[in-house]
Amino acid sequence: MTAGILFARMEAHRADSHTLERYLATGGYDALRRALAEMTPDQVTAEVKASNLRGRGGAGFPCGVKWGFLAAATPRYLVVNADESEPGTFKDRQLLERDPHQLVEGAAIAAYALGVHQAFVYVRGEYARPARRLQRAVEEAYAAGFLGRGIAGSGFDLDLTVHLGAGAYICGEETALLNSLEGRRGEPRIRPPFPAVAGLYGRPTIVNNVETISNLPWIITHGGTAYDAIGPEGSRGTRLFSLSGHVRRPGNYEVVMGLTWRDLIFGEHLGGGMRAGRGLKAWIPGGASAPWLVPEHLDEPVTIDDAARLGTMLGSGAVIVMDETTDVVAAALSIVRFFAHESCGQCTPCREGTTWMQRVLERILRGAGRPADLDLLLDISDNISPGLRWPPAQTTICPLGPSATAPIVSIMRHFRPEVEARVTRGGAGG
Amino acid sequence: MTAWPPELEGRAQALAGRYPERRSAVGPLLYLAMKHDGGLTAAGVRRVAELTGLTPAQVQGVASFYTMYQEAPGRYLISVCTSISCHLLGGEAVLAAVEEETGVAGGETDGERLFTVEHVECLGACGGAPALQVNYETVEGVTPEAAQRLCRRLREQRPAVIRSDALQEEFGGRPAFDWGPGEAAGAVAPVPAFEPYGTAEAGP
Ligand SMILES: Cc1cc2nc3c(=O)[nH]c(=O)nc-3n(C[C@H](O)[C@H](O)[C@H](O)COP(=O)(O)O)c2cc1C
Ligand code: SF4
Ligand code: FES
Repeated sequence: MTAGILFARMEAHRADSHTLERYLATGGYDALRRALAEMTPDQVTAEVKASNLRGRGGAGFPCGVKWGFLAAATPRYLVVNADESEPGTFKDRQLLERDPHQLVEGAAIAAYALGVHQAFVYVRGEYARPARRLQRAVEEAYAAGFLGRGIAGSGFDLDLTVHLGAGAYICGEETALLNSLEGRRGEPRIRPPFPAVAGLYGRPTIVNNVETISNLPWIITHGGTAYDAIGPEGSRGTRLFSLSGHVRRPGNYEVVMGLTWRDLIFGEHLGGGMRAGRGLKAWIPGGASAPWLVPEHLDEPVTIDDAARLGTMLGSGAVIVMDETTDVVAAALSIVRFFAHESCGQCTPCREGTTWMQRVLERILRGAGRPADLDLLLDISDNISPGLRWPPAQTTICPLGPSATAPIVSIMRHFRPEVEARVTRGGAGG
Repeated sequence: MTAWPPELEGRAQALAGRYPERRSAVGPLLYLAMKHDGGLTAAGVRRVAELTGLTPAQVQGVASFYTMYQEAPGRYLISVCTSISCHLLGGEAVLAAVEEETGVAGGETDGERLFTVEHVECLGACGGAPALQVNYETVEGVTPEAAQRLCRRLREQRPAVIRSDALQEEFGGRPAFDWGPGEAAGAVAPVPAFEPYGTAEAGP
C-alpha cells in the first residue's frame, strides 16, 4: 500500500511503535550513533544535500541548501515546526503520536550536523496528546543517553525542549514562531534577515518541519543517494498526503511522488474515490492556502514542480476533496473566514481585506449579493496580492495575506457562472 | 510576592531554566497560572511577570495575542471545528447541536461555568471530520446527535478527567488515522494536558 520510510514502523508495530523499546528493536538510533561515531557534521550535511530532500512545511525549500545558509556565530538553534494548523493537514500529528522517536533522532542528527546544542519542538497548543507522546519519547531518550550530555558515548551535547503554542495559526510561519518561542506575540518579522542568520534571540536558527526532520534517520542509514533515487527529479523521496473531504478513505498516505492526482484521489488503497458514488467537483491540492484544481487536472503528475506549473502548490500535503454537491461559495467562505480569523493584523491589506472578503461572501450566501460583488472580490484580492499571479506577489510582511486570495481566485476561475447565478437569482438555490 | 505552592514553583523554575532567556517561558507559565487559578487572572499574570522579569502589562500583551489563555472558561471547554474539511462534512451542524444542548452560544460560557463553547479553526483531525475537542482532547467523526449525548454525559456525570480514548470510543466515528494504542493520561482542566505544565492526570 504505502511506500515505507516514515510510516513503516507504525504500520508494522501498531501496539508500540511510539516506545523506545520498539524503536531500538527496529534499528532506531543507529543512524544517530553512526553519525556521531563515524561522520563529521559536514559529512552529515553532505548526505542531506545529496538526498535532495525538500522541506515539507509548505514552501518546499531544499533542506540541505537551507542548512548551508546557517551563519557561523554561536550559540545557534534548531527549531522543529510542529505547529501544523493549515486546514486539511494532520500528517505531523500522526508522526508525533505514532513514531515520536523518529523525530527525536532526526532532530539530534540535524543538531549534530548544524553544531546546535539546544533544540526546540514547537507544538501547537491544541495538540495535547501528540505533545504528551513526544514528551514521553524525549524523556526516554534522555534516560537512554540519546539526549543530554555526551550523547551515545560521544562528546556531543544536546538539550531538546517540547514547547506548546497557545492557539494561533500564524505561529506556523517561521518568524512568527520564533517570536512566540521568545515569549512574544506571534507576529511575523520582516525578512531579511532570515532565521538562518538572525533567528531565535537574534542567533542563527534553522527551522524545519516535523516531516522533513523525520526523514533524516532513513537518509543517514541508507545514504543521501538512495533517497535521491526515489521519485521524480525535484520531488525526491516519499511524501505524506493528508486526504480529507468527500473521499471514501480519508487519512494520511505515504506515497512516492510522481503518481497522478487520479491515483491519489481514486486509488483503491489511497483515497478510494468519491463518497456515495458522487462526481468530483474540485480539490485543494496543498492546504487551504493553495489554489484549487478541477477534474481536467486529474491526470497531471503529483510533483512540486508540476503543481507550480498549474498555478498551485503541494504546500503542506493536504488534499481536500469536494464532490458535486459542494457549495463552492460556502467552501470559499470557510477558508476566507479562517484567514480573517488568523490574520495577525500587522498589514492593512491582509487585516482589512480578509474581513471585507468574508463579509461579501456572507452577503452572497445570504442571497443579498450584487452582481458587482464578483469583481469586488477580485479587486480586494488584487489589492492584497497585486496582479493575482502565481507564485503570488507579496506586499505584506508574510504570505498569509496572499494565501487568502486563493479560494477567491479559484472559484472565479473555475465556477464563475455558478457564483454569478447566486447574485442574480439570489439565495441558497444557486 | 504572590508565590505559588512549592510544587508549582519548582515546575515554573525548571521550565524557565530550559530556555536561552527566561521570557521564552511566558507561554508555558501562563498555562501553569491558568491551571492554578482556574483561568487567567491578574494575580497569575503578575506571578508570570515576576518569574520572567517582564512587566504585568507585557505579559498581558502577550497573553492577549493567543486564543488559549482564557480568563474564565467553563469546566468543560468544547471546541468545534468549522474549517474547510469539517465544513464539508457538517461541522456547522455539530456546532449548532452543541450550542443547543448546552444553551451556550459560540464563544460564551454558561452561568455556572460548566460549559464554554467555541467554534475553532482546524484541529488537525480533518480526515476524521467533523471533529471537536473537550479540554483539548480530540474526538473525531462526531455526529450532531453524538455531540449532544457527549454534552449530556458531561453535565450528568461531571467527570474530573477527560480522556480522548474513552470519548472517541463512545461518541466518535471514523478517526483521521489509526490512533494505535490508547493512553491513560487525560485532561483535568481546560488547559492542554501536558505533563510539564502540570495539567495531565495519570489514569487508573
Ligand atoms: C502562514 C504560514 C503558516 C505556516 N504554517 C506552518 C506549519 O504549521 N508547519 C510548518 O512546518 N511550516 C509552516 N509554515 C512554513 C514555515 O514558515 C517554514 O517555511 C517551514 O517550517 C520550514 O520547514 P521546512 O523547510 O522543513 O519545510 C507556514 C508558513 C506560513 C506563511
Ligand atoms: S500578511 Fe497578514 S498575517 Fe502576515 S504579517 Fe501581515 S497581517 Fe500578519
Ligand atoms: S478542518 Fe476540522 S480538523 Fe481540520
